[in-house]
Amino acid sequence: MTDTLNNDTAGAGVNDAGYATFTAGGFTFRRDEYFATIEWPTGSHQLAIDSFLRSMQRDVAWGFFYGIVNFDEVFGTMNHYGNVDMFAGRFNEAYRKAEVDYSENFDHDVLIECFKAILSDWTNEGYDPFAAPMETGSAFGPSKGTNDAAVTRRRVVADRMVGVPGDEQIRSDETGFPINRGFEDVPQDEPIVRAEAGYEDEVCSFNLFAYLSRSDVTWNPSVVSACKESLYCPTTEEYILPVIHGNDRVEWFVQLSDEIQWDVEDRDTGAKRARVVMKAGDVAAMPADIRHQGYSPKRSMLLVWENGSPRIPEMIAKGEATVHPVDF
Amino acid sequence: MNQYTTVFGSLSDFEKGRVDIVDDDPKYYAFSNVYDVASRSGPYEKVAVAKNLEYVLEAIRAEGTSEWRATPHDEFALVMDGTVIVELLDPAEQLIDPDASGSIGLDAQPSGTRMGRVIAGRGHMAMLPAGRVYRFVADEPAVILLQTIEGPDTVYKWADICQTV
Repeated sequence: MTDTLNNDTAGAGVNDAGYATFTAGGFTFRRDEYFATIEWPTGSHQLAIDSFLRSMQRDVAWGFFYGIVNFDEVFGTMNHYGNVDMFAGRFNEAYRKAEVDYSENFDHDVLIECFKAILSDWTNEGYDPFAAPMETGSAFGPSKGTNDAAVTRRRVVADRMVGVPGDEQIRSDETGFPINRGFEDVPQDEPIVRAEAGYEDEVCSFNLFAYLSRSDVTWNPSVVSACKESLYCPTTEEYILPVIHGNDRVEWFVQLSDEIQWDVEDRDTGAKRARVVMKAGDVAAMPADIRHQGYSPKRSMLLVWENGSPRIPEMIAKGEATVHPVDF
Repeated sequence: MNQYTTVFGSLSDFEKGRVDIVDDDPKYYAFSNVYDVASRSGPYEKVAVAKNLEYVLEAIRAEGTSEWRATPHDEFALVMDGTVIVELLDPAEQLIDPDASGSIGLDAQPSGTRMGRVIAGRGHMAMLPAGRVYRFVADEPAVILLQTIEGPDTVYKWADICQTV
């Protein structure tokens, strides 16, 4: 295993299917009509291209997120907040025992530009990696156009709260956010707000459930309110969380509607630890030493609650971050 | 076209999920349900259902009229069931250290200027702005999920609200 800072990324050549091949350090990325193939000095791996693009989309949109983004049981990235490990087999016990796991460290900005280039070149016209499978076209086949408007969506990040004047605004038909087919029965009434003159910027409220019913993406938390570093990051979920998220800190979920089931595994070995069934109103923590993947059979509303404190990466590095949410 | 039914919870109708353990301790998931917690809470008892360092999410049973509270930072009240009126006041004098964490209850309504009110139903989120004073009114039992920082009257009773086996 290597542990070098390697800023050598490049896209080169076009294959018979019309797709460019990319390299990042010792990793090479190729795609054909059905698969993404990843090669590194000690091995190679294939993922179905639709699954690969959905994972890549989240890794790019979330800036490598908190902790580990496993595309599957072999390939992924680990965020060190400023630099990033890209690995193969690092969190797979069999690969590690066989000593064929591989990892390289990259500057954050360098690797994300490489990933953005892959996402742009490999996403065909009509395919939206953020969308539920039943709401988008096919990822398969030879290269055909692009869908940069979808893969470069702006992530919503409210400073105080959605709906506050000057902050992120509520969604509507007029702003291009129709009600999703899975939420047509969600009431769209807005709260009654009576602000005295001069207090219009502070007396604020909005319908979060209606806002979420108009989300055009899945498995993509965005910030709707911020209590200092405490961030409400709700999202709408359908089908399978494209990545297996490996935690480096405790994360909390509040199920706002419907049901999601979570597979929870040991972060380092993949050994099964639990299955968490969450229904409307349920609250659950994900410990800092697990990885998890969610399944949502119907489009559902999930409140992901994150602590964005800049103290946490240092606490993680020093081993001071708690593994379990609370002691009792 | 398939017709979908969205399932929300309420005080009178909720179904808890669960943690099915394979090889772990259920306490590590601190699994609870805001409706279950509120159904067993007193009016405006601030029960923590999630905690991350100093930050908490509190499940609050809104019933009747709450005390007036001063908050040094923005808080956010998400109504999970019922209807809640939020009344806001701009106090005539500073009532809480702006560097403090968590809101505090006041003994009486402070003098100040009325800012306005919000009538919020299920799914509505209201901002409780920094440096201001607020109170809740609910004619019927309702449920609030409050995004805040732990304060002197945050109630911790994990063993009572979380799945332990």
